[in-house]
Amino acid sequence: MSRCLSETDMQCISNLVREHSAIVVESKKEYLVLARLEPIVKEEGFTSIADLICYVRRTPFGPLHRRIVEAMTTNETSFFRDLTPFEALRDEVLPELIKKRKDRKSVNIWCGASSSGQEPYSIALVIRELFSELDSWTINFIATDISSEMLHRCSEGKYSQLEVNRGLPVQLLLKYFSKNGRCWYVKDQLRNMIEFKEMNLAGPWLPFPKLDIVFLRNVLIYFDRETKQRILTKIREHMSGDGYLFLGGTETTLMLDQAFARVPVGRTACYRLRPVLENSGHVIS
Amino acid sequence: MHVLVIDDSKAMRIILRQILESIGGHVEEAGNGRDGLRTLQSMARVDVVLVDWNMPEMSGLEFLKTMRADSAFPNAPVMMVTTETEVAQMEKALEAGANEYVMKPFTKDVIREKLQLLGIQ
Ligand SMILES: C[S@@+](CC[C@H](N)C(=O)[O-])C[C@H]1O[C@@H](n2cnc3c(N)ncnc32)[C@H](O)[C@@H]1O
Repeated sequence: MSRCLSETDMQCISNLVREHSAIVVESKKEYLVLARLEPIVKEEGFTSIADLICYVRRTPFGPLHRRIVEAMTTNETSFFRDLTPFEALRDEVLPELIKKRKDRKSVNIWCGASSSGQEPYSIALVIRELFSELDSWTINFIATDISSEMLHRCSEGKYSQLEVNRGLPVQLLLKYFSKNGRCWYVKDQLRNMIEFKEMNLAGPWLPFPKLDIVFLRNVLIYFDRETKQRILTKIREHMSGDGYLFLGGTETTLMLDQAFARVPVGRTACYRLRPVLENSGHVIS
Repeated sequence: MHVLVIDDSKAMRIILRQILESIGGHVEEAGNGRDGLRTLQSMARVDVVLVDWNMPEMSGLEFLKTMRADSAFPNAPVMMVTTETEVAQMEKALEAGANEYVMKPFTKDVIREKLQLLGIQ
């Protein structure tokens, strides 16, 4: 199998991935393309990566193209990743929302790059384990990802030993998961809290209710500036005025969207909409 | 961070020592539960104990029960690091006073994240 890609082949993959996911694959990431596409070459019976790309070029967008796009996503995640956003949920965000929404008794949550599900399940664990008063509320909890394979994993709720070893307190593992062989399955009480749906952040969005909590962590990093801005604008439109946006540790709205203010919560920070001045449409900075 | 690592496998102790030192830990070692108790008593400060389950002389579970029953020992958090992965065993460890549980094999991230959960990192 060839160990390198021609410039045009690299360009072809990079264009395909960008067009269908907005993910930027820089030309220096050739090693990544090779590593991610080689399994597809083997499984689909192509003779080389060049052969696969030749097919991709000749045929209209179909399941194989889709598989390539999905293969180029990075799905690294873990339960309670970075811990501090979940502490913030526990200590400030949820207590605050419970006060503010006590009349309508509903909270809307969206997790926008759910990967294999550890992030939305961590949010669900905080709610179920620590906020029993929410049991009688309507929790609209939607988790989305572009990858159908990842969404399948989310709804299956099946995790390996190594996955549940990572970041998940053992007490919660024993309470909310059941073991079968070497795998651990999320119990229905948790699984049923979340609706998993496919959504490309760079494509048309689902009709969300007004969102109180948005987790969009460790995904903006893969996009170019314009895409990040477009996504933030859409979040702004879907978020309730007093909602909370959580980004990954290396991500920010600063220099991208002035409508958001970075607000410290506990040991981390989240992003909240600045109040809009009546009638002027301007934001206060 | 001062850590006591108890495991009868020298190789495992070396791996854990490397991981813990790379995140700023000071490590003391013991090869079974009984030595573990002795070492624990001699340590001026201990922030967490990482203990295997199956060991000669005294098992990790026995170590844990003894340590929790006797107030002469520091009341440090204990993390089991073991190949025991049956739910009943895990529950037994928690009942005996374990605070966290790592199933072997593990990675550096696993140890780091579990310590974070215990508020140690
Ligand atoms: C590194 S994971 C982050 C998972 C989780 N949010 C976390 O922080 O642990 C990035 C996820 O973003 C998804 N993704 C990448 N591009 C996307 C797009 N255009 N629309 C929706 N999801 C996308 C990938 O499929 C992947 O599951």
